[in-house]
Amino acid sequence: MPKEDVIEVQGTVAETLPNAMFRVQLDNGHKILAHISGKMRMHFIRILPGDKVTVELSPYDLTRGRITYRFK
Amino acid sequence: MNGIELKSPDEIDKMSRAAKIVAEVLEALRGMVKPGVTTEELDRFAEGFILERGGIPAFKGYRVRDKVYQHTLCTSVNNAVVHGIPSSRVLKEGDIIGLDLGVVVEGYYGDAAITVPVGRISEDVRYLLQVTNEALHKGIEKAVVGNRISDISHAVQKHAEAARFSIVTEFVGHGIGRKLHEEPQIPNYGEPGKGPRLKAGMALAIEPMVNMGEPETRCLEDGWTAVTQDGSLSAHFEHTIVVTETGPRILTKL
Repeated sequence: MPKEDVIEVQGTVAETLPNAMFRVQLDNGHKILAHISGKMRMHFIRILPGDKVTVELSPYDLTRGRITYRFK
Repeated sequence: MNGIELKSPDEIDKMSRAAKIVAEVLEALRGMVKPGVTTEELDRFAEGFILERGGIPAFKGYRVRDKVYQHTLCTSVNNAVVHGIPSSRVLKEGDIIGLDLGVVVEGYYGDAAITVPVGRISEDVRYLLQVTNEALHKGIEKAVVGNRISDISHAVQKHAEAARFSIVTEFVGHGIGRKLHEEPQIPNYGEPGKGPRLKAGMALAIEPMVNMGEPETRCLEDGWTAVTQDGSLSAHFEHTIVVTETGPRILTKL
């Protein structure tokens, strides 16, 4: 089968949810549920509503993602 | 949370029935491949054989976004790596052909591939086929409880590259069972000791693709056929296996 790469998109955090989950408004207009990558948790990077972030989407479930980067 | 399903004995039983048909078809096709045969004829035979045994061809109707695959078999001749479409192409003495197919029985999948010579082939091409098949089995040997996915990947790569062939990286093996392609992806290259840990009940399709020349591939205008960029020959072998407490069990074997 062809190798499926993760899809990276940019978005803005709309809302923080319990369990380090976030509602992210993507630049393409979709709203998705995203968790924070383990590395960001380790380095204790705080994410607040309004922050610009990079989200990795799984090709299997485009409504969920993983925040891998928060822009300054 | 890696989402890899563990199959019950009952599910494995259904998969092995599908896998057995796959193995039977491939064995029959191996005998049919001769100079003068068209890849269409092979496809037609495979479809008839599967339906007669009570299976359903798994690739026919398979969708990738807006594309639908129309055939039972993938026939990848010479520089074609995978996903070659059966056609009126006539096989010639000295060609090699990759035959890849999947079968569904009661909703469960089996998937395997072999690459076979058409008539007589040169010694170095025969060696490519041998090494690719050996690489597959080196990978399967690593599919034991407690190992990780990339232990399989690493063993495959090491064997192919030791023979100075190159591994195709754009295509990967995959979990299999209730769908043709399930989690996890199984690359044919990489460092050992990475990725999900293997557990009894995981069903995997391991499928190295090995090129005689450079590893790069490109897709033809038909939207399916992957060929080597440098035009060198490519071989592909695949088995569906289940990880068990007593070691890997190959389902797509007669």
